[in-house]
Amino acid sequence: MLEGQIPIEDYESGNTKNKWNLNKIKLEHKTISEYNYIKKDIQKGYANRTLYINLNEGIIKEKKVTEDMKKLFTGGRGFGLKLLWDSIKSNTRWNSNENELIITTGPLCGTTQYPGSGKSLCLTISPSTDIICDSNVGGFFGPYLKFAGFDAVEIQGKAKEDVIIIIDGEKGKISIETAPLEETNSHMISQQLTQMYSSEDDDKSRQKISIVSAGMGAENSYWGCLNFSFYDIRRKIPRLKQAGRGGLGTVLRDKKIKAILTKVEKFDGVSNNPADSVTLAKVGTKLHREIRDLDRYQCNMRAVGTVHLVEIMDEYDLLPTENYRFGSFPKASKLYSQNFYKLFTKIIPDGCWHGCTMACAKTVDHFTVMTGPYKGEKVTVDGPEYETVGCGSNMSIWDPLWVLEFNFYCDTYGLDTISTGTSIAFYMEMYEYGILNKKRCDGIELCFGNAEAVLEVIHRIASGDKGEFISIASKGIRRVKDWLIKNNWGDIGIIEDCGMESKGLEYSEYVTKESLAMQGGYGLTLKGPQHDEAWLIFMDMVNNSIPTFKDKAEALHYFPMWRTWFGLNGLCKLPWNDVEPSNNPKTDDPSKVPEHVQNYVDYQNAVTGWNVDKEELILQSERCYNWQRAMNVWLGRGSRKDDWIPYRSMGPVTVMEYISRRERYDKYLNEKIGISEEKIEKMKIEEKIKIIYDYRQDQYQKLSDAVYYRRGWTPNGVPTPNKMKKLGFTDPKMLKILKDKIITDEKAGLNIWGGKYNNKEKNPNDGIKYW
Amino acid sequence: MKNSGKVRVLKFYDERCNGCLECMKACSMIHFKTKEGGEKSAIKINKINKKFIMNACDQRGLCLDMCPVGALKRKKSSIVWLDKKICIGCQACIGFCPINAMRKSKDRIEPFKCISCGACIRVCPEKALEFIEKDINDIKEIVYHKQGV
Repeated sequence: MLEGQIPIEDYESGNTKNKWNLNKIKLEHKTISEYNYIKKDIQKGYANRTLYINLNEGIIKEKKVTEDMKKLFTGGRGFGLKLLWDSIKSNTRWNSNENELIITTGPLCGTTQYPGSGKSLCLTISPSTDIICDSNVGGFFGPYLKFAGFDAVEIQGKAKEDVIIIIDGEKGKISIETAPLEETNSHMISQQLTQMYSSEDDDKSRQKISIVSAGMGAENSYWGCLNFSFYDIRRKIPRLKQAGRGGLGTVLRDKKIKAILTKVEKFDGVSNNPADSVTLAKVGTKLHREIRDLDRYQCNMRAVGTVHLVEIMDEYDLLPTENYRFGSFPKASKLYSQNFYKLFTKIIPDGCWHGCTMACAKTVDHFTVMTGPYKGEKVTVDGPEYETVGCGSNMSIWDPLWVLEFNFYCDTYGLDTISTGTSIAFYMEMYEYGILNKKRCDGIELCFGNAEAVLEVIHRIASGDKGEFISIASKGIRRVKDWLIKNNWGDIGIIEDCGMESKGLEYSEYVTKESLAMQGGYGLTLKGPQHDEAWLIFMDMVNNSIPTFKDKAEALHYFPMWRTWFGLNGLCKLPWNDVEPSNNPKTDDPSKVPEHVQNYVDYQNAVTGWNVDKEELILQSERCYNWQRAMNVWLGRGSRKDDWIPYRSMGPVTVMEYISRRERYDKYLNEKIGISEEKIEKMKIEEKIKIIYDYRQDQYQKLSDAVYYRRGWTPNGVPTPNKMKKLGFTDPKMLKILKDKIITDEKAGLNIWGGKYNNKEKNPNDGIKYW
Repeated sequence: MKNSGKVRVLKFYDERCNGCLECMKACSMIHFKTKEGGEKSAIKINKINKKFIMNACDQRGLCLDMCPVGALKRKKSSIVWLDKKICIGCQACIGFCPINAMRKSKDRIEPFKCISCGACIRVCPEKALEFIEKDINDIKEIVYHKQGV
């Protein structure tokens, strides 16, 4: 094992070194458009302007950030929504000319004193869902974009040939250049461009560049992610973090962008020009000390990153295995964190932005690639994180080295590991049932555990294979469901219930069958089933601290709002509750981590000079959250039917699943549904599955009722004009859209609660004023 | 840069100290060109239970692996040195120093620390401070957490 205190210059990653003729590559660039701008200092966290680029006509211009925009949308994801609203139409789809790819920062983004402060927020109309997808990502791009002078960059239109966009904060110049010879795959192009555009031939200069790219997989699927680079002065390569969800990379490549590069002249600990740098340093140091003293006894993030979750999830029956059929598995211990700990390169600060001592961005250096175009090369694999390991177990792949192989290729091809893994797990289950077979899978034996077949699917997607299966499989579960149903290859119920997607987006890696609140945490979301809105499994299932619908609805109000707040500011959620003060269990509301919430109040005030309290933070999010839902309504997808979730996320779909947890479900029938033990004994499994199915579907509708009510929405899940006005929105166009939608729903009889209530049960009060 | 393998660290004789704090004033002169001492000094003398306690960096270098931009290095003399021009003020070294010897003044965002310059030794009227030489391998610490505590 490597010991510490190796001088930076002396560290050797052992990776294969790539040599390119960069001069020749650069000579092929043709400048399409250029724009010079005046460099300005950041003021209290804001650059106060955004950058607009139109690739059709080569337009580059600045847009002013108004005080009103800050007040209503705060920054980050909020700014992204505002820019989209001003630019797209209600029928805009992912590949429409007017669709935009937006990367935003947030007022706290780029702070170095508080861990987890370098996040970018990316937004677009997603190919998977046809609505807005937002994704939160690390790497240096967001902070550098701001320090180069812009709170956000929005890119509209499509280029005619492959281009790169260069935001040069050193010279104060934006340019669009053709880039015909650069590699497309991310681990290669980020190295090429980092070397090509670095001002000096040294690591310090290379560290002042960040690149956004997506590889060949993004070009040929709906799972495209964006890779954000951060140059590692020890490994001497740009490492990668992913904006994974919703096909952002697909949109990047559809616009024919090979990469977006940003570069700063200089930056330091006060580049944000905070209002109160003394308080900022004090709050930051306090958290560093907490991580120093407590992380090793809590999550062990500094040692293994988010992979520490694997054993916990397995223990609590929450680790998705064989397409979420089971939550634990006898072989799961092969993927426990100690197995990855052995492989991770140690001794190096692993933050994806400077100053993040949570340091969860682990890597495996000099990993020997086993398949595909880079077979035999030694590379650095960024990760795996928990979700990627969860994809391993979901596909029944129990070898850490194959998880690394999957991780490496997904990243460099620009494929979201979550969507890729969850989709393939579904295809594998369909293969097991004979709904898919070798012939229907273009000759691939896609059965559970076949790691080589998984890699073959990925390589074929990246190579642009036009086989029928690969073409449809690469568009994700929703399209495959429709394809299977259209061909009449299997039972519609099985196909719909087993495929883990909602709104067209694939689930992330948690089993939610026994936690109703978490089913809501995946279903009652804006972009689709991703755990970044709420993670309530322990509160709900293990601690039983939110037993009633009202309690669950309160949690499904507070936590999505709270977690949204990180995205408005350019922050990471992990330092909020992946380390907790030692006295946290004794506070009045441990699940909220009150001391850390106060840190964020102090932090936002220290940067912006505002005087907000914790309620105001929630209000900032509530504005953004409701606006996004309202935009979903406008795009035609913001109502109850869109919050549908597959039954696999609620309970046992198949007899095998029931039998595997028989005791639990029999007890449930007895205790929750009130069927006597004798009767249960005599019932057929299919009959029992049906009773639980009906009961849990009704529970989910009742939960939706309670949550819509709590959020101030109609029974069909539409934000009311009244609610929007209370939040400060006066945009007549938006208010009219909502009013019209509610009137239409009223006529169609959709403004009714979805649950079946008996006399003893209370339904949510329906006395909401709509306008 | 190859270092010598030995490093000079401060040794304190509490029984000789009279609490005059001249050492702290001399130290702040080095770092901030002021005789204020206090938060601008890398060496600290505290009186706890009628006994003087000295706190200053012992050059163990745990912070070296913490720095994301490589602003902390061992100099040729083996002392741990913070380069203000490279530092981006993240405070990670301050937070992670196990003996809280990395300092921060309100005057600037970058931290500072004892550089074994000897200014404090020279001004001490009671000869309560002196340099001793230590082998780096005996004092060096590694930041990476072992899994499972």
